[in-house]
Amino acid sequence: MTYRNNPQAVQDLVRPTEVHKDLFVSDEIFALEMEHLFANTWVYVGHASQVPNPGDFYTTTVGDQPVIMVRDADQSVKVLHNRCPHKGVEVANDLYGNTGKFFRCPYHAWTFKLNGDLLALPLKRGYDPEVFSQCEASHGMAAVENVRNYRDFIFCRLNPEGQSFEDFFGQALSTLDNMIDRSPAGRLEVAGSPLRYMHDCNWKMLVDNQSDTCHPMVAHESSAGTAVRIWESEERHTPKPMAVEQFAPFISSYDFYEGMGIRVWENGHGHTGVNNSIHAAYSEIPGYMDAMINTYGEERAKQILSDVRHNTTYFPNIMVKGPIQTLRIFKPLAANKTLVESWTFRLVGAPDKLLERTLMYNRLINAPTSVVGHDDHEVYMRAQQGLHSRGLDWVNVARLYDPTEAHRKNEATNGTTEWQMRNQYQAWARYMTASMKESS
Amino acid sequence: MSAFSDQQLIDFVHAEARMLDEQRFSDWLNLFTEDGRYWMPLTHGQTDPLLEGSLMYEDKLLLQVRIERLSGQRTYSQQPKSRCHHLMGRVEIETGHAWHKPQDGQFVVRTPFHYVEARLDQQILYAGWATHELLALDGSLRIRRKRVDLLNCESALRSIQLFM
Repeated sequence: MTYRNNPQAVQDLVRPTEVHKDLFVSDEIFALEMEHLFANTWVYVGHASQVPNPGDFYTTTVGDQPVIMVRDADQSVKVLHNRCPHKGVEVANDLYGNTGKFFRCPYHAWTFKLNGDLLALPLKRGYDPEVFSQCEASHGMAAVENVRNYRDFIFCRLNPEGQSFEDFFGQALSTLDNMIDRSPAGRLEVAGSPLRYMHDCNWKMLVDNQSDTCHPMVAHESSAGTAVRIWESEERHTPKPMAVEQFAPFISSYDFYEGMGIRVWENGHGHTGVNNSIHAAYSEIPGYMDAMINTYGEERAKQILSDVRHNTTYFPNIMVKGPIQTLRIFKPLAANKTLVESWTFRLVGAPDKLLERTLMYNRLINAPTSVVGHDDHEVYMRAQQGLHSRGLDWVNVARLYDPTEAHRKNEATNGTTEWQMRNQYQAWARYMTASMKESS
Repeated sequence: MSAFSDQQLIDFVHAEARMLDEQRFSDWLNLFTEDGRYWMPLTHGQTDPLLEGSLMYEDKLLLQVRIERLSGQRTYSQQPKSRCHHLMGRVEIETGHAWHKPQDGQFVVRTPFHYVEARLDQQILYAGWATHELLALDGSLRIRRKRVDLLNCESALRSIQLFM
């Protein structure tokens, strides 16, 4: 099977209740995802607090594309392809830095303004102006045209043409709003370095997992279940530690997860935890409510904090937890390799204890040293290997399927549905083929 | 207060690593004081384990969860099990460290190490430095804090399931 320039063949990989294994194991599909899916969608780049001052930059990837997120002289945040127009060298190499008023390529000292425009190059008289103006290199570094700063969250769409930011996300931005509103100052800051966990599996397995509410009581029995068993095995006279508070809800019953609900938005976005969630029963932190009431008034403060969404998937590759202030990026490296970065945010104006809780959650659940992470990584690896079987071709997502759902959107439903997964795969097929030309 | 010679401190660190390599985890856990901590920072020179991210910062309860989990019937990530190997360099007595007060039964030692963890067909080598803050309690040494600084703590790491 050749999928390149064959949109029909790509679409045929996604059926209403099952998806073909090639989504996970095919190198050709992976290459097409990088060219199409990650170019047609609005992909998260970084947070503006990572580049507070002009000249500050942060290097990352969008799909497989190396990019620089930089604060320009006019305070706007730009996204540049990290490639010198001369010989192709990555102009910025450090994860973070301040480049001053311009970027300078380490190979031949070509320099570029913070928006990518070519500033100067040594021995310029060696270039015939007319000839050089016809060259691609005369335009400098390539800037990503479509960048959106949404309340400090920076997204970009690599394809010049395509769906608008507002149409792409629709109502889904409400989760980012809630996370930001949890700051008494209405502002977040990235809190330090992310945890970086290399996974031997396809990136979509992690995306799929974010709305998988039928796995925690099974896969995490070994970690969260052990924590609860040890804690309950002894009569203790101390309050439940924060760590047990964070582990315990993972092994809640099927009833709990059914009741907490899932909301399915458009374009692959959705969230678990509509009515309740594993983050709902955390202890109150002294001083926080007062700070919130001070900013928002009691009614609004309570409204913000009563929204306890669990996992919000922003298609294609991030997940946000508002109540615990984390953001995970599933960076695709190959069909069978994914870098998971788990970022944490400080709620500006909130007591330090909230940051302590956020960092503890990230360590316990998302670190390469996390027992919960080990549970998940094991099943992803086994799936990555198992899907090479020629015994069966399809991955099943039929749970609580309703044939009319394809025409519905922005609905809350039973918390164990796989509708959100189906939503993601339908979106996958659409954004994969939106810019794919059929070969003649 | 019992006095401990440098050699006894060095022997303690080697015996501790051997317990881990031989997977005698209950014995190992008993080495920690009740308020003992195992800390693996996320950044070089990190000073705050609570308000900065770490790979691990665990009290005895969390360490016990890990240890019991490793032998659980439904711990699929340990079927088959991982094994580990410590190779240690010269143990140095950290006389300049604030916790090091031999007259009070407090000692600090620092040990460069290579650590290998293996499972199935994958074997991964890590390098780093272990800093033990030890306390003399009832005539024996206990771990008040073990700090593990990985050479590549900020790198993208694969699963680390045992203890360094």
